[in-house]
Amino acid sequence: MALVTETDYGTPAPKSERKVALTIDGVGIEVAEGTSIMRAAMDMGTKIPKLCATDTLEPFGSCRLCLVEIQGRNGTPASCTTPVAEGMVVRTQTERLKALRKGVMELYISDHPLDCLTCAANGDCELQTEAGAVGLRDVRYGYAGSNHFDGKKDESNPYFTYDPAKCIVCNRCVRACEEVQGTFALTIDGRGFDSRVAPGQNEPFFESECVSCGACVQACPTATLSEKSLIAIGQPEHSAVTTCAYCGVGCTFKAEMRGEELVRMVPHKDGKANHGHSCVKGRFAWGYATHKDRILNPMIRAKVSDPWREVSWEEAIHHAASEFRRIQSAHGPRSIGGITSSRCTNEETYLVQKLIRGGFGNNNVDTCARVCHSPTGYGLKTAFGTSAGTQDFDSVDHSDVILVVGANPTDGHPVFGSRMKRRLREGAKLIVIDPRRIDLVRTPHVQADYHLALQPGTNVAILSAIAHVIVTEGLVNEAFVRERCDWSEFEDWAAFVAEARNSPEEVAKFSGVPADLIRSAARLYATGGDAAIYYGLGVTEHSQGSTTVLAIANLALATGNLGRPGVGVNPLRGQNNVQGACDMGSFPHEFAGYRHVSDDSARHIYESLWGVDLDNEPGLRIPNMLDAAVEGTFRGIYIQGEDILQSDPDTHHVAAGLAAMECVVVQDLFLNETANYAHVFLPGSTFLEKDGTFTNAERRIQRVRKVMSPKNGYGDWEITMLLANAMGFPMTYRHPSEIMDEIAATTPSFAGVSFAKLDEAGSVQWPCNEAAPEGTPVMHIGGFASGKGKFVVTEYIPTDERTGPRFPLLLTTGRILSHYNVGAQTRRTENVAWHPEDLLEIHPHDAELRGVKEGDWVKVLSRAGETTLRALITDRVAPGVVYTTFHHPTTQANVVTTDFSDWATNCPEFKVTAVQISPSNGPSDWQESYREQAEQSRRIISVEAAE
Amino acid sequence: MTPDKQISKLVYMANQIGHFFASQTGDAKVDGVADHIAKFWDPRMREKIISHVRQGGEGVDALVKEAVMKLDDKTATPAI
Repeated sequence: MALVTETDYGTPAPKSERKVALTIDGVGIEVAEGTSIMRAAMDMGTKIPKLCATDTLEPFGSCRLCLVEIQGRNGTPASCTTPVAEGMVVRTQTERLKALRKGVMELYISDHPLDCLTCAANGDCELQTEAGAVGLRDVRYGYAGSNHFDGKKDESNPYFTYDPAKCIVCNRCVRACEEVQGTFALTIDGRGFDSRVAPGQNEPFFESECVSCGACVQACPTATLSEKSLIAIGQPEHSAVTTCAYCGVGCTFKAEMRGEELVRMVPHKDGKANHGHSCVKGRFAWGYATHKDRILNPMIRAKVSDPWREVSWEEAIHHAASEFRRIQSAHGPRSIGGITSSRCTNEETYLVQKLIRGGFGNNNVDTCARVCHSPTGYGLKTAFGTSAGTQDFDSVDHSDVILVVGANPTDGHPVFGSRMKRRLREGAKLIVIDPRRIDLVRTPHVQADYHLALQPGTNVAILSAIAHVIVTEGLVNEAFVRERCDWSEFEDWAAFVAEARNSPEEVAKFSGVPADLIRSAARLYATGGDAAIYYGLGVTEHSQGSTTVLAIANLALATGNLGRPGVGVNPLRGQNNVQGACDMGSFPHEFAGYRHVSDDSARHIYESLWGVDLDNEPGLRIPNMLDAAVEGTFRGIYIQGEDILQSDPDTHHVAAGLAAMECVVVQDLFLNETANYAHVFLPGSTFLEKDGTFTNAERRIQRVRKVMSPKNGYGDWEITMLLANAMGFPMTYRHPSEIMDEIAATTPSFAGVSFAKLDEAGSVQWPCNEAAPEGTPVMHIGGFASGKGKFVVTEYIPTDERTGPRFPLLLTTGRILSHYNVGAQTRRTENVAWHPEDLLEIHPHDAELRGVKEGDWVKVLSRAGETTLRALITDRVAPGVVYTTFHHPTTQANVVTTDFSDWATNCPEFKVTAVQISPSNGPSDWQESYREQAEQSRRIISVEAAE
Repeated sequence: MTPDKQISKLVYMANQIGHFFASQTGDAKVDGVADHIAKFWDPRMREKIISHVRQGGEGVDALVKEAVMKLDDKTATPAI
């Protein structure tokens, strides 16, 4: 396997389809209008020397190395900033150009340290390469220029270093921070020889507003900005293109290796989800894969109060299988079930649900989407006929108006957040509906046109009020509605939203959003051009989560914002493979491809293939499983890569459910919180250790490629096979590609998907079948899967979780950039430097009323429980609202969340919990006892290997 | 969780479903509730709510009661 290299064309590709013909070095060539001479030359294989240019950034024209001669024009213009013209005749190599370039390079080298042999970039340094390209043999000015050797290296960032001595002031890092990431954290400070890269107000990188996305490191042509892992290990010698295992953006990376050691993860320019960009998690936070906490041997124990005992794989699997069969024989076939993982591959998820349906003989399978995007599945299937977002990420480049509801893209989906910011800097308008002032509301060169800071729990009312304005002010796209929707359903809906109680003036009374703001936002969404909606868990994690998704779909239908680039309804999925886990039949009521278990034709496909009779009744959802466990009818569970004790609401109830079970089997990288209640632990593998596919939020199926042997011995798909075989339900796949072949053969929307197809195309977006052999970037062009788009009346029903004298504040929860979900992975990386603990955001007014100061311990008390954490006083939250994250088990934010849930899907109402805040002296008694219990539970008795 | 608490949770969930379909136009309100429960509730949950309604259905909204009785009649086979 070789190192995957990408061609750098020097400047970005233009969007024009018009062609221009010119001659370069005597060769005729035709390129798109707007192409730079540099790029046109590279198109025909001629590399013009360059330093400040790279094709991920706009041309800058500062290094003066890429000079060319153009017939009939004076001087030697920079080829990066000079666009081609019809009939142009260009020379890239003449005596004059050679002399000029050599002179420029002499100046660069005169103050550059010549320590190439010990430099981290040795072998991958553009300065070194270009010095060779221009034939530099001597430096007339000597080598005693100001080389900044006395300048202090900035090693404050956990992942990369800044060495001013190596800097050639090409500005690529500064421009990458601006153009690609959109943070504007860097500048060049000083002039001439004193010039240096300055983060923030000339402070260390770690203390600046730098978000450690790595774009600057990626852009740096020398060793000025270098990964610490590269400095420690050396240059990689081979690489494989794979997909990030963090959020639902699904960035493609080159895993650059030396042997089986990962040197660095470099974002892949050809990645269709990320186009060469990354965030701090995917780019740098992969150290968990080799963290000392990782469990590598299977373990069992009779009681959860016992220490763990390491055993062979054979013993662990046999024990789990025999326990499951014992429970079923005593309590019936529906007394056990399982949970698939949105962190695992499609193939692994498919196998777990297959094991449960075919091997366990019931449909008690669910997935973590239950607690995040299950309302998306219900809502979008009802409205459009398909349980998925409508667009690809590239679509945002065509949006004129972007409406963000209950999502925080710059933290939760940072690479797409950067993409969105770029479009906003180009002039698109922005509406944010969120109780909290997320970064997008006001960030460098981006400002929301309208921020509707609503009271948590009033989403449906606000969206209906927006619809009220659209309907009553005649802003409906009637042609679209008449053609694409059921007109009588539209009329019913329009009559409903037009009622006075849904007007902005009425809704303003309880939502906290002024009526004129609602009206202005509605007018902008309906009339501002192509308008796209992006939403997250602030929409779904409510008692009316599914209704909110339907209300969003209503807006898109009414304004005709569907079926073309730039528009649509786009759920931003939390985990890397939430979409895929749902697609693969992880819900208890449906098979892969969203076909209900009572659908005889779908069920017969699997019955004949798997050779077993399948249950035609829906199974238990995760909260129902826990209820049934407490009740005594559900007694065993197989949990792959999911930590329900930390991620699910009402921790006390989750703990009671797990404690009531007779056999809890946890398959994970670490002894997570759920494993405190487990009887069997099966060590899992990381995304670096197996083959497979992930499906991102835009339905894009991408390859995961194995770059190292599984440290635990098996890929997760192999472990599920071991369990299935031990339970007498044979599975004989030799490679995950064979599992995908079965998925394709049995699931109409995946019929055209195979590993060979993905290797050839890079990725495809489902549906990928005979009707769409290359996949479907934008859905619902010309029609909906269900025929007509469905308008649904969305009555606002306030949550029963109410504030009052005892619990006067509303707690809402969310994520932060540096951590991912329950933090099991990111807490085991240097990312803890940014966010070592969960904090409670509280408005200064509420803090003062309670005598709370910045950094104080505070108690958060709800009807469900209490926890303590430190206060962060900020007006990012409105008075009456507090906010925290759920990344740290020592905080256990879900001790206070309630078991209220979405009416349609049981998705928990994480976003609305009535609480009281009061000063505290430190962790609560419960937190202390939990910590002790967790420590006890994690005791391991190691067994010496036999001689 | 005591049996009373279990049934009150199911009653709460069923009424939530009822609140949604009660606001829908047309005459599919009862069928909407029945179909939703049939499609998404595991048999043991359905049996419990049916049994509760047979015994008078304390706390169950009228619309939901009607839907649950329909489920009872249909022996709980969901529509697709």
